[in-house]
Amino acid sequence: MAYNLKETSLKPERLTGGHRMCAGCGAPPVARTILRALKEDDKAVIGSATGCLEVSTFLYPYTAWKDSFIHTAFENSAATISGAEAAYTAMKKTGKIDDTYKFIAFGGDGGTYDIGLQSLSGAMERGHDMVYVCYDNGAYMNTGIQRSSATPKYADTSTSPAGKVVPGKQQFRKELTRVMAAHGIPYVAQTAPTKNFKDLYEKSEKAIYTPGPAFMNVLAPCPRGWRYETSKLMELSEIAIDTCFWPLFEVVNGEYKLSYRPKNKRPISDWLEAQGRFKHIMKNPEAIVEIQEEIDLKWTQLLRLCGEQE
Amino acid sequence: MAIRDKLSGNEAVAVAMRQINPDVVAAFPITPSTEVPQYFSSYVADGLVDTEFVAVESEHSAMSACIGAQAAGGRAMTATSSAGLALMWEMLYIAASSRLPMVMSLVTRALSGPINIHNDHSDAMGCRDSGWIQLFGENNQEAYDNFIMALRVGEHKDVQLPVLNCYDGFITSHSVENMELLEDNLVKDFVGEYKPQHYMLNSKQQIAVGPLDLPPHYFEHKRLQAEAMRNAKNVILEVSAEFEKMTGRKYGLFEEYRMEDAEIAMVILGSTAGTAKYVIDELREKGVKAGLIKIRVFRPFPAEELAAALSHCKAIAIMDKADGFNAKGGALFNEIRSAMYDGDARPAIVNYIYGLGGRDVRTNDLEKVYDALAEIVATGVVGDPYRYVGVIDANDVAVQAEAAAARE
Repeated sequence: MAYNLKETSLKPERLTGGHRMCAGCGAPPVARTILRALKEDDKAVIGSATGCLEVSTFLYPYTAWKDSFIHTAFENSAATISGAEAAYTAMKKTGKIDDTYKFIAFGGDGGTYDIGLQSLSGAMERGHDMVYVCYDNGAYMNTGIQRSSATPKYADTSTSPAGKVVPGKQQFRKELTRVMAAHGIPYVAQTAPTKNFKDLYEKSEKAIYTPGPAFMNVLAPCPRGWRYETSKLMELSEIAIDTCFWPLFEVVNGEYKLSYRPKNKRPISDWLEAQGRFKHIMKNPEAIVEIQEEIDLKWTQLLRLCGEQE
Repeated sequence: MAIRDKLSGNEAVAVAMRQINPDVVAAFPITPSTEVPQYFSSYVADGLVDTEFVAVESEHSAMSACIGAQAAGGRAMTATSSAGLALMWEMLYIAASSRLPMVMSLVTRALSGPINIHNDHSDAMGCRDSGWIQLFGENNQEAYDNFIMALRVGEHKDVQLPVLNCYDGFITSHSVENMELLEDNLVKDFVGEYKPQHYMLNSKQQIAVGPLDLPPHYFEHKRLQAEAMRNAKNVILEVSAEFEKMTGRKYGLFEEYRMEDAEIAMVILGSTAGTAKYVIDELREKGVKAGLIKIRVFRPFPAEELAAALSHCKAIAIMDKADGFNAKGGALFNEIRSAMYDGDARPAIVNYIYGLGGRDVRTNDLEKVYDALAEIVATGVVGDPYRYVGVIDANDVAVQAEAAAARE
């Protein structure tokens, strides 16, 4: 059946309202859309690394999660969920349970690209039937906007401040989605909340219902860290896609496939000027050219991987 | 009928795990505990268990996976040593505070640095306040028996805490000893089915584990956790009594060896107790009233019981196989001396740091300790209570000569 936002929105919410995430944050619509891709009758165990999503949705004695949920620490969302999945496999085998469960681990970019990378890599390599979702907002937002290896070059963060001598973060971001694709797992996707959420929903469905490990890297704009008006969440996501800062693609059994090619690739300055964290380089054309060149290089590499015309 | 066998400590523990047939074993290799998952993975490969064996990429993930598995509603187990336990550090507290009664064998080994693969208790002492019940075994039989009892203790409704089954690296883990195994069905019946009250895979009631717990509730939760540890003492005694009925092997909070009329006594954890018993027998032949207390239950700490058992002694040596680095002696010493404060008896108490990094503990080392205790009794002079035995003292010519002779 073709995707229909109105119809999928009628499914009962599995991450309910009342949580304490900021207005204009990308993480809650991302999490809700992913959970909507679960079949209604299927049960799920959801895990989360320490971070905004966790501390804002499960503050004792309240939880916003309708499914069983576990948080243990920052760097081990993948390992924790892999253990739950292993228990499920054993208990199903011995007849202790007969319901169908799906296993989804969330982590921010700090908990995924950085401190949780080993745990994630291990869980994916072992082949657990689980989905790992990185909601990437490009910094440690929960602790006050510190730089991570997902932070874009020249972004002003609290540990890569735009100073008089050093203009923000000095490194380009890590290409984690490609790192995960190199694991040779059945399903890897890069997606974002955009338009009618079709791309995110359909990739979530594939990730959840492909047997074995799956990884999704989902752009999740952060109004505090990126410094944009909260009403502009979807617009920020759209500019990221159309400038090719955040291309949409998937890797199915090792085959790269481009999900969307902008008709008119917008200049990266459109994306930079929409955010306060790049304000200090807007009068620095050399920096903007440098970023544009990197974006173009990565985009060309991706087109080649996907077998698309450059 | 018990099954007589010759096994290493690690293999005996792996056999206990096979008999229990847990849902998940998640483990990472480290010497000297790594034989446990090796033996166990062969049981998995041969189809002798239903367990999912998760060969994780680190000990941090081993403990994380065990937490996920136990919270899901399964029985989870692992084994580690030394640096492996240290890497689990963060997760040890989370397992305990989430009230997840998993069992882990800690095959005790010196902590780095410098790196050293041999036995002492610095790993076990390092995690003594992480909220895990800690049982210590002297030999292979005790490592096996304690492991089986650990499940019942941890899973008891009044406890619900994880349990560490500690035994000495190489000395116990790798030595092959005669021992008695239980029949598989007896172990299965003894441990029973794991029926947690709340678990993630309960389709009738979803649960959420590991909240952000701020000042209005955190304190109360920690207090409940502390109460569970206090409850564990009676549960351990109940489970041990039941185990004795089945096996004839008696276990308490600690073992007293020739303590009835002992004037001088040692308190020891682990395998060195065997050496001490030999020394005591020899001293007794000479008319020296020497005794030993071997602690089995280190967490919860049996303070009142130990104080009572030691109250009639004149001088006591507390043997710590881990230094304290507080400049005032080892952990066991400080806790036992504190335990004695509540009673009227004031025996002389000294501390000996011994056996660090696998230094051999010989009978003459322990004789020296008993001699020193006898000297304290005779002279009434205690001196500095923070002492070492078996260490080569750079300033002591006699000790250096002895060490040189031993090397030849």
